[in-house]
Amino acid sequence: MEIADKLLSMVYALVAFAVVLGLILFLASRYERRGGRSIAWWFIAPTLLLLAVALVYPALRTIWYSFFDASGASFVGLDNYGTVFTQSDQLVVLRNTVLWTLVTPFVATAVGMLYAILVDGAKGEGVAKALVFLPMAISLVGASIIWKFMYDFRDPAAGTEKNPVEQIGLLNQVILWLGGDAKNFLLDSPGNTFWLILVMIWIQAGFAMTILSASIKAIPSEMVEAARLDGVHGFKMFRFITLPSIRPSVVVVLTTIAIACLKVFDIVRTMTGGQFNTSVVANEFYTQTFSAANQGLGAALAVVLFILVVPIIVYNVRQLRASEGR
Amino acid sequence: MSESTAHPTPANPVPGATSATMQDVDVAGAVPDKPGPPLAATAKRRLTSPWASLFAVILAVLWTTPTLGLLITSFRPQEDINDTGWWTVLSNPSFTMENYQTVLDPDKSSALGPYFINSIVITIPAVIAPVLLATLAAYAFAWTSFRGKNILFVAVFALQVVPIQVTLLPLLTLYVDAGISGTFWAIWISHTAFGLPLAVFLMHNFMREIPGELIEAARVDGAGHVTIFFRMMLPMLKPAIAAFGIYQFLWVWNDLLVALTFAGPGAATAPLTKALFDLAGTRGNAWYLLSAGAFVSMIVPVIVFLSLQRYFVRGLLAGSVKG
Repeated sequence: MEIADKLLSMVYALVAFAVVLGLILFLASRYERRGGRSIAWWFIAPTLLLLAVALVYPALRTIWYSFFDASGASFVGLDNYGTVFTQSDQLVVLRNTVLWTLVTPFVATAVGMLYAILVDGAKGEGVAKALVFLPMAISLVGASIIWKFMYDFRDPAAGTEKNPVEQIGLLNQVILWLGGDAKNFLLDSPGNTFWLILVMIWIQAGFAMTILSASIKAIPSEMVEAARLDGVHGFKMFRFITLPSIRPSVVVVLTTIAIACLKVFDIVRTMTGGQFNTSVVANEFYTQTFSAANQGLGAALAVVLFILVVPIIVYNVRQLRASEGR
Repeated sequence: MSESTAHPTPANPVPGATSATMQDVDVAGAVPDKPGPPLAATAKRRLTSPWASLFAVILAVLWTTPTLGLLITSFRPQEDINDTGWWTVLSNPSFTMENYQTVLDPDKSSALGPYFINSIVITIPAVIAPVLLATLAAYAFAWTSFRGKNILFVAVFALQVVPIQVTLLPLLTLYVDAGISGTFWAIWISHTAFGLPLAVFLMHNFMREIPGELIEAARVDGAGHVTIFFRMMLPMLKPAIAAFGIYQFLWVWNDLLVALTFAGPGAATAPLTKALFDLAGTRGNAWYLLSAGAFVSMIVPVIVFLSLQRYFVRGLLAGSVKG
């Protein structure tokens, strides 16, 4: 019953959407037949309306909120921004965001590029690539759970001589096999941030590999052949032929991953909730806005995120344009 | 209109991606082997020495192990999961479907069934609506002229950079005022609006690749814009619609932030990601639930990924600049 209700409400919504859209198109075509010139407005009106109400207005409102106190009652000028850039807790948040944004793109791109080169033209290339790409398809929450299990820690002190504690997280077991002591990966700062970053690298390497592999395949074989006849091999081939040819793609991959890292939320929220000094700007925004009821600070963090993302996206778009020769 | 002119497949299916990636990209590496000189082929294969192969295999194993570990765990009995590592299954194999039965049993508090339905109910309209609205708008931007067109297009394009965090709180207030907070409507509207800037931009690029003569010819024959849109544009844009559709599908299905902010309490409207997130928070050590739950949430995107790889990757490439 419950299920039927939900599915029915979905069907109603789809029908309502179809009716509204149909009505707009019907009116537009009648208007056009009467010789109306600016039929375009009928076509773009629904999009503009939605964007104005659900994107532009809320964004402006958030900027406005960022100059007010926790409850939004009194104007505090730039105090919230002052907090973001001076308070020690917030500085940790900024530090972590910088770490995410600097470490992840380079490592993920390096791994993805290496893998793309290694499997290029090899037998079973398709399967090999699908294995590394698969993490891209699943949710960040799912990925976080997969890795939380990898990092699982059982306190050895809880066991007895006869009944010792077994580690069920693979990484701790590997440490034991190598003769070390089990550790709580997600507890100790700043190391724990790197363990979270590893999850993102695991996901984004597949993205880097896919794009760079396509780029590598697009290098003209005449060029590779000519270089080979000149005695260029191995690393030199990579350094002087492969890398220069795929440079634009590498830049796009780096910046795209950097943007994803600036906005990373799901991994931190699911694995630590931002505790133990692992919070990042997007997570801190959520905590301040919806848990700590500090609307002003939350808004300021959202605006900071906005300001951090813009230059990278602008750069990214320019690179895309340049590589398309426009 | 003849059949042949009705389907001019765009040469570059992924505008917005780099020239190299515009080729027939496919994760499975199904780029057709160009009939090139055989020497070039050997030159390319030169890198795949035994050492390179070994290294590739090691990387592949490293990348697959975490998922494999949780997958094996999801089929192990609850006591075994807590007592021994999943790698001991080789010496002590014992498997069960009990964990999946538990997370799918409607009588249990941890049941994921309702959330699964919610995910479907959320995703279908949240993919269809932005695709249609954006195609319509993109048509106007691409093939009609009106005052302020360029400024408006640049404005829509620029909205891609807005991180959705900036909109959440005021949007929630709007939904509360409108009385739709916590309903599917709030989630549908949010996902549609957040997807539109990218969708308009992509559809516009695809549309510009359709030869203008086709549209002019249809106009001369007396066809109106509405007719052209339905009879010519929609059929020709199938690859583009598929690419963006799959990108948007994954975005919505895998989303956590919008769900956390706008979904109602309990199993009323919340999707699988939120259920799994809550489970990880409240029962973080209940690995028999978490492992099975995680794979229940992954099954749909993985099926889509395996069956529609080509479109999937195109959508991914196309969406790589989404803000």
